[in-house]
Amino acid sequence: MSIKSIIAKLRRPSTATLGSLLVVGFVSGVIFWGGFNTAMEATNTETFCISCHEMEDNVYQEYTETVHYTNRTGVRATCPDCHVPKPWIHKMVRKVQASNELFHKALGSIDTAEKFEEKRLKLAQNVWRSMEKTDSRECRNCHNYESMDFVEQQRRAVANHSVGLETGKTCIDCHKGIAHSLPALYEVDPSAVVGNVEH
Amino acid sequence: MKKSVLAGLFLLSAAALNSTTLAAAEVKSLRGSVALDTPSDTVEVKKNINDKAPIARDYVQQPPLIPHKIKGYDINLKFNKCLTCHSWSNYKKSGATKISQTHFEDRAGDAHSNVAARRYFCTQCHVPQADAKPLVQNEFEAVKTIN
Repeated sequence: MSIKSIIAKLRRPSTATLGSLLVVGFVSGVIFWGGFNTAMEATNTETFCISCHEMEDNVYQEYTETVHYTNRTGVRATCPDCHVPKPWIHKMVRKVQASNELFHKALGSIDTAEKFEEKRLKLAQNVWRSMEKTDSRECRNCHNYESMDFVEQQRRAVANHSVGLETGKTCIDCHKGIAHSLPALYEVDPSAVVGNVEH
Repeated sequence: MKKSVLAGLFLLSAAALNSTTLAAAEVKSLRGSVALDTPSDTVEVKKNINDKAPIARDYVQQPPLIPHKIKGYDINLKFNKCLTCHSWSNYKKSGATKISQTHFEDRAGDAHSNVAARRYFCTQCHVPQADAKPLVQNEFEAVKTIN
């Protein structure tokens, strides 16, 4: 086969070639996309989250004591429900950010209870900040203001939710430390810790 | 001879009397008259009152009762969950009753700028309430002058 005929063939590929190219492309696209999503979803499970002892020994244990773990109705929110965004693009961004967490896992930044406790305030503030930025988007996947019946709520909740709605507050402004232990409040709110305050 | 018979009779009757009083005062188990190898009756779990207006005091110097649930409200070295609403810095924002200034005094009577360690553990005196009937009837009446 001469070069000329090869070029001619490439210029005018047979319909069979085009068709098979399309089919192969489509099928492999489905496989790759499906595989990618499956792999990503696998990292979006509680089992995956607590496969690191840093998560299992600290924050997970605290969470099992809270209402998001056991409650009257048996509805449970697991790690990704609160910590991974549902919209695809935000989910991607969060997953990329998680590579930093893998880096610190390798460094062993919080591999003991003491190290974790030392960093707890900073880590908690990171989560609080991101929730403030997104207007507590992950909370609102389940807790929607529009679906709330204030009449059904308790006295304290009615008062604070009505004010919150008017002043544009977001869930995390008040609901801190509800699924994990609060960090030491010496710096954040010294009035809520024992000990004298320096003037 | 007569005397000893009388004494013997007296002793016998005393012993009989004693045994009947013992039988009457037989100890009853707190778990009721349930055989040891069978499960005792389940007691209903009392639910804490959630979210009432402040409860009036019944006597002078009574620590005010907690009119809401406190499940999961930890008090430890790192933080006191109660004070995140009831401290002087937070009570206005949260609408809670503020902690009394008496809680700033240490045992020497010196006032400090923050809650004293001996008054830090709220639930030593302040307790949540359940809607439960008194186990023993009593005629206690609240002091009128403080209500």
